[in-house]
Amino acid sequence: MAKKLAIIASKGTLDWAYPPFILASTAAALDYEVQIFFTFYGLTLLKKEIDAQISPLGNPAMPMPVPMPNLVQMLPGMESMATMMMKQKMKDKGVASLPELRDLCQEAGVKMIACQMTVDLFDFKKEDFIEGIEFGGAATFFEFAGEADVSLFI
Amino acid sequence: MEFDKDLDARGLNCPLPILRVKKSLAEMTGGQVLRAVCTDSGSVKDFQAFCRQTGNDLLDSSEANGEFTFFIKKKA
Repeated sequence: MAKKLAIIASKGTLDWAYPPFILASTAAALDYEVQIFFTFYGLTLLKKEIDAQISPLGNPAMPMPVPMPNLVQMLPGMESMATMMMKQKMKDKGVASLPELRDLCQEAGVKMIACQMTVDLFDFKKEDFIEGIEFGGAATFFEFAGEADVSLFI
Repeated sequence: MEFDKDLDARGLNCPLPILRVKKSLAEMTGGQVLRAVCTDSGSVKDFQAFCRQTGNDLLDSSEANGEFTFFIKKKA
């Protein structure tokens, strides 16, 4: 029987969006059966257009080309600039884009579940999301995670 | 070494080389050999781990001028 990987994706920034999709697609390539449960800010990763941003603010570990005090990072436009620079760097280094990784996950049969409670909480609409996903709650997650070999909260 | 299918995964970073290899192997029959060329230095360990976990046979891996070449025999 195939091994199982259960992931909870709870964060929606560009940096935190990568681990769930990288691990899910790789596990699928290793013949794991995979489910990702998207909740809270992670839910935005299931939208048709992924608008994940990265912020250097309050993130002292983020490598910066020049040292930048928090006071400067607060200025308008800094976040979109950091996002743009990060995306460019990823492209230069041959790192897949998020939509590409998400497509690969779907092709590989990774099951994606949107947390219904969060959908209601943020007033999202079902048509905001990509095709081929399911909607469910905590019990839905546990039905799969209870038998999983690896469970991750990201 | 002779091979049946060739995969150019140069310029791609983790986890794309593994995903491309998986896809290529799916299009092949058991016993056929895939050659994959990568530039991702992490791919050496990853390809070993991939083959151990999926039961495919890593026949050979080598490095020359920053390029890593792998020969993988699909499991029967």
